[in-house]
Amino acid sequence: MLTAIDWIIMMVYFVFVLGIGAALKRYTRTSNDFFLAGRSIPAWVCGLAFISANLGAQEVIGMGASGAKYGIATSHFYWIGAIPAMVFVGVFMMPFYYGSRARSVPEYLRLRFDEKTRALNAISFATMTVFSSGISMYAMAKLIQTLHVFDAPVQRLGLPVSWVFHAGIVLAAIVVLAYIFLGGLSSAIYNEVLQFFLIVAGFLPLVWLGLKNVGGWSGLKAHLDSGYTHSWIGMGSAHTNRLGVEWFGLAMGLGFVLSFGYWCTDFLVVQRAMAADSMSAARRTPLIAAFPKMLFPFLVILPGLIAIALPTERFSSLAANQGSAVVAPEGVGLIPPKVDPGTGDPVRDSQGRVQLDYDLAIPNMLLHYFPTGILGLGLTALLASFMSGMAGNVTAFNTVWTYDIYQSYIHPKASDQHYLQMGRMATIFGIALSIAAAYMANRFNNIMDMLQLVFAFVNAPLFATFLLGMFWKRTSGHGAFSGLLAGTLTAALHHSLTLPAGAAAGVKGGWLATLHVYPSEMAQNFWTAIFAWSGCFLVTILVSLATRPQEESKLVGLVYSLTERPQTRGLPWYQQPVILALIALAVVVVLNIIFM
Amino acid sequence: MRLDIRLPLGLLFLVFGLLLSGFGLTGDQTIYQRSLQVNINLWWGLVMIGFGLVMFVLGRRGHRRVSSDDHGTEARGKSASEQE
Repeated sequence: MLTAIDWIIMMVYFVFVLGIGAALKRYTRTSNDFFLAGRSIPAWVCGLAFISANLGAQEVIGMGASGAKYGIATSHFYWIGAIPAMVFVGVFMMPFYYGSRARSVPEYLRLRFDEKTRALNAISFATMTVFSSGISMYAMAKLIQTLHVFDAPVQRLGLPVSWVFHAGIVLAAIVVLAYIFLGGLSSAIYNEVLQFFLIVAGFLPLVWLGLKNVGGWSGLKAHLDSGYTHSWIGMGSAHTNRLGVEWFGLAMGLGFVLSFGYWCTDFLVVQRAMAADSMSAARRTPLIAAFPKMLFPFLVILPGLIAIALPTERFSSLAANQGSAVVAPEGVGLIPPKVDPGTGDPVRDSQGRVQLDYDLAIPNMLLHYFPTGILGLGLTALLASFMSGMAGNVTAFNTVWTYDIYQSYIHPKASDQHYLQMGRMATIFGIALSIAAAYMANRFNNIMDMLQLVFAFVNAPLFATFLLGMFWKRTSGHGAFSGLLAGTLTAALHHSLTLPAGAAAGVKGGWLATLHVYPSEMAQNFWTAIFAWSGCFLVTILVSLATRPQEESKLVGLVYSLTERPQTRGLPWYQQPVILALIALAVVVVLNIIFM
Repeated sequence: MRLDIRLPLGLLFLVFGLLLSGFGLTGDQTIYQRSLQVNINLWWGLVMIGFGLVMFVLGRRGHRRVSSDDHGTEARGKSASEQE
């Protein structure tokens, strides 16, 4: 299916990726260069890296899949999820992150609260990054295997086809390792900018061809029932929309707790803004990122919608590839039925209906519309997105490991060169651990589900801690620490007492008792987050009131009421954070109305 | 920032654009059935060449400004030390 031109395009890309790492090596002399890119990157570059670090496998493949499954309502993840949170972090939170000169998010927690709060956050964050990078690798290798595009070269080497999985993991690991090892965060950020433009260049023609084929947005509306093409109509009740969530759970759970928790406190993205060359550039980073981000639904969700709207294809070729003789049951549009990897039979739900493999929406769109040549570009874009997701996790991991764990608790007061070396070593063992996690995901599917659940419990309350820490000077270290623990416990408790409709008690919830059944898994997730946040918020306030407040002199630059507002008066309007923020919010309101 | 990211970015898109449009012009024309009879390699290749050129030119301009600034400070530093 692939010809020489596709391979050449992929090779050229890898040469550039490694070339950038090599070119940046000579500028990486101190630990500050390696972990913070010497705080020398212009705002627009940080902004694009800010989105790109999040554009991993889960984002591109997952958003296309959700587009096919839920329709345009998936845009809520952007238009009430990401954008308001990105605006908030740029306008209100960045002055403390950047202004405090903290080198990482956990380090901010130590400056603001105490050592134990930092240790809790650093250790849970480092563990999570390694596992998410592993899951990302696993998803990539699995997808490459399912698509059968790389089978030919592996077979030519005389290896069994199953080696595509191993080759995918090892190659991605080596490339990401090489460019981060050489150039550190600068190299990751530069590559993320490249990856951003590649993803756009690979997906834009796909959307254009797809829309041309179905007759534009109006043609798409005519092909699909109206549940797919409206994002707000039907949100009044959880039973009248495809997401299975009502507006309040959506706005509070996704729009407030989960999105603010991710975009405002996750070091993976915040690190990109901390690398900016000035305070005003750091504040502009998420705001600049907001503009391309709000257009991403058209790039990643629309292909999913188009895939489901096209006339159904027979999947005989896929079934033949899987080596099964069963008559392939029909998928919908370009979405094939989900196949059990063990038996080769289609997966059915409790009512015997065939489940669809939505994750193949975007890859099948690429194979459907792209002839050889541009297919190489499309696949390169897909690989680029996998690698940027991994690299984001790895750079965040090596920084938190070196500064917040190694330098703080294992080997303080070593020379800067020592920490630079440690950062490079951490890159190697971070990637080695990710590979281990990827194979673990391959062996035990349930362990990964459980780990992701635990991460959700740990993450959901975080934003309450930051909100109180930055905007209420009375918040104490004991308050923050016990609040975080209480929030995590609340999340676990809520999950153990509720179930999504149609699921059995276990990993999906209800392991203590079933007090409430949610119409969908998404609704359950959103409400778990709401409970976790509220638990953390209340306990932090109560414990803070009962314990001694921190000295005000030590909180200057860390808390809103004790910090001078950054001056922006001399800047032209397009560099003023508040003006950019208002424009971004206005455009998002318009987008919500258009697709209501 | 010593290396302007627009240089490698522009260069990458130029190379991709040339490869795609070259292949679109000379390669087999029957493969375009799947892309709705549009020679997508040629057209998208040309778009990429355009974008690559713009980025490359902007990058060159930015790069030159930065390096001339560097020379400027170096020269000033030298003359100051020579005066001593």
